[in-house]
Amino acid sequence: MSQPTFLLDGQSVPFDDGQMILEAARAAGRYIPHLCWHPDFPPHGSCKLCVVKVAGRHVSACATPARAGAEVESDTPEINTERRTLLQMLFVEGNHFCPACEKSGDCQLQAMAYDLEMTTPRFRHFFPDRPVDASHPEVLLDFNRCIYCELCVRASREQDGKAVFALTGRGINKKLAVNAESGRLADTDFSADDKAAHICPVGVILKKRVGFAVPIGERTYDRAPLHEVALPKSEDSA
Amino acid sequence: MPPDLETATNRDTLRRVAIDPISRVEGHGKVTLLLDEAGQVHEARLHIVEFRGFEAFIEGRPYWEIPVIVQRLCGICPVSHHLAAAKALDYVVGAVPVTATADKMRRLMHYGQILQSHALHFFHLASPDLLFGFDAPVAQRNIAGVIAAHPDIARQGVGLRRFGQQVIAATAGKRIHGTAAVPGGINRHLSTTDRDALLAEADTMVAWSQAAVALVRRLHEADPALYDRFGCVPSSLMSLVRADGAMELYDGQLRLRSADGEVLRDGVPSHDYMDFITEAVKPWSYMKFPYVTDLGPEAGWYKVGPLARVQNCDFIPTPLAEVERRAFRAYSGGAIQHASLAYHWARMIEMLHAAEVIRDLLPDPDLTGGERMAEGPRAASGVGVIEAPRGTLIHHYWVGDDDLVRWCNLIVSTTHNNEAMNRAVREVARRELSGQTLTEGLLNHIEVAIRAYDPCLSCATHALGKMPLEVRLVDADGQCVAQQVRNG
Repeated sequence: MSQPTFLLDGQSVPFDDGQMILEAARAAGRYIPHLCWHPDFPPHGSCKLCVVKVAGRHVSACATPARAGAEVESDTPEINTERRTLLQMLFVEGNHFCPACEKSGDCQLQAMAYDLEMTTPRFRHFFPDRPVDASHPEVLLDFNRCIYCELCVRASREQDGKAVFALTGRGINKKLAVNAESGRLADTDFSADDKAAHICPVGVILKKRVGFAVPIGERTYDRAPLHEVALPKSEDSA
Repeated sequence: MPPDLETATNRDTLRRVAIDPISRVEGHGKVTLLLDEAGQVHEARLHIVEFRGFEAFIEGRPYWEIPVIVQRLCGICPVSHHLAAAKALDYVVGAVPVTATADKMRRLMHYGQILQSHALHFFHLASPDLLFGFDAPVAQRNIAGVIAAHPDIARQGVGLRRFGQQVIAATAGKRIHGTAAVPGGINRHLSTTDRDALLAEADTMVAWSQAAVALVRRLHEADPALYDRFGCVPSSLMSLVRADGAMELYDGQLRLRSADGEVLRDGVPSHDYMDFITEAVKPWSYMKFPYVTDLGPEAGWYKVGPLARVQNCDFIPTPLAEVERRAFRAYSGGAIQHASLAYHWARMIEMLHAAEVIRDLLPDPDLTGGERMAEGPRAASGVGVIEAPRGTLIHHYWVGDDDLVRWCNLIVSTTHNNEAMNRAVREVARRELSGQTLTEGLLNHIEVAIRAYDPCLSCATHALGKMPLEVRLVDADGQCVAQQVRNG
């Protein structure tokens, strides 16, 4: 029996039973934007950047199982406009000052804004007051740039076995917190070698004293756009 | 007419004239004049109306971010702030000295900045006044007028600035707001491709700079009555100099020379600036008024920038610029020159020096290879002092054990010249404007004096050519009795 397929923007994509649309597309070398999805973890469905249109409904590609014969719209003006709006909301919700951010060029949020041709913030900035946590000797936390993808939360809990991070509060008051009575990273068992120390897609969790050691212009997304970098290398996807 | 025009005694009864904004300078400022019924000037002030606040909002940021953040306070000399911050933070990370590669890359970047900024100021902003006259028609008195009347001069000016920016791009990574200088060193080498491209033009840039010096010298010699007198405010001169007394724009120690040429203080380590300088505050200006502490605010104010540096050093360590420095000194018979327009001559001598330094430095193998970073024992604070195009620039940081900046102090070049510029404005108001019927050309005399200092009023924006200008005559009741508007 041949492998089932669905149509992604009119092109056939094979999938395995139980595979989500985003995973199947990615395995076939087709990029669907995403920020909170990571191959090492189950779908999270929070950033909504992987939104696609299936049978007239807007769904998260990371959390929607592929179905044989389905027609999935992704790279269309309608869907990309929706993604840009989501990005614009993320940008104004935090304090994202790319010109002086050491993650510039390695930041997935910035790279996606370039990829989706976001040219203005559009909405009013919130300018939240979020002090940094520099208590840890090796790692700085700059909460200003958090997009609540929970990758650090998940990595610390599921891979490092530590539960250093958590999201607290609800709705507009939601924030990333450090799981210690003092709220300080130094008062946890967090290590710079943890998986959680290396998974932040934006500029929240930063190894200290690195800064601009790699010149702007020679960084990950300076060399290739996100939609190329984010796909698995050909030997992995075989 | 009161002798000191800083504050009039009967302010409420005088009419007010504002030059707002001042055109062909960096950033936004205004001049206010208070005049009586006979048109006599009773008060003349230069106001800086913008507020940056960088000192406050970098508190609590990690130190390695600082050289990249602080350069954003200026779009025209970001390299100066970038380097002053990196130099200050070298002390924090114990990189004293930095490696030869880091030192030379930064120097090359800095002299590229001096070259492009001086070229921009002279050719694009100031030369229209000098070539056409202070009250020439405004339609001509701009860079487009220079291009039309003197295409060779304009082409060389644009070319010099372009070359300076290419030096910056090759060393800093970008023409504006590069990121190459990091605490402890530099994050890149000069590519051999960039080096060869720059070297191919380096001799031409030296020749064009020589021509620019000759042009300003001819202007002085043709009209000494104007150039030697206009906006003349004698004062002390302050700048960095090298240990052997040579002109030094990237590093060195502070020297103060009196108005008549006597060296008053020498070898002042840059780390001692807080004991050396006090900043006074006046209620009518956002910009402070620095003075040498033990001389007091009345006697201790000084000038910085090209006019100070060319006369403060004992010699310039490149041959062609040194010849021009000697000619500059000989012109006044060895006496210190204090006229505002002499800034332009000194500025072009420095541009020539920068072109020579760039040409001589480019073949150095330390630029294209070698260790980029150094480190050593950590320190809690650091002071970085550099001679920016407009004068002495001081950055000072305290950094906590957690790597966050606890406190910062920035004294930018234009701040040092605040008192001198205000006095130049008063001098011109007193001599040229008092009792006259105010015209656009006459008001431009005040702008010419300010422009000579090449102030960076906001350290943030860049104004080019014909800026919008609105002059209002307001009577003692606050009613506008006359108005002239020039649209940009």
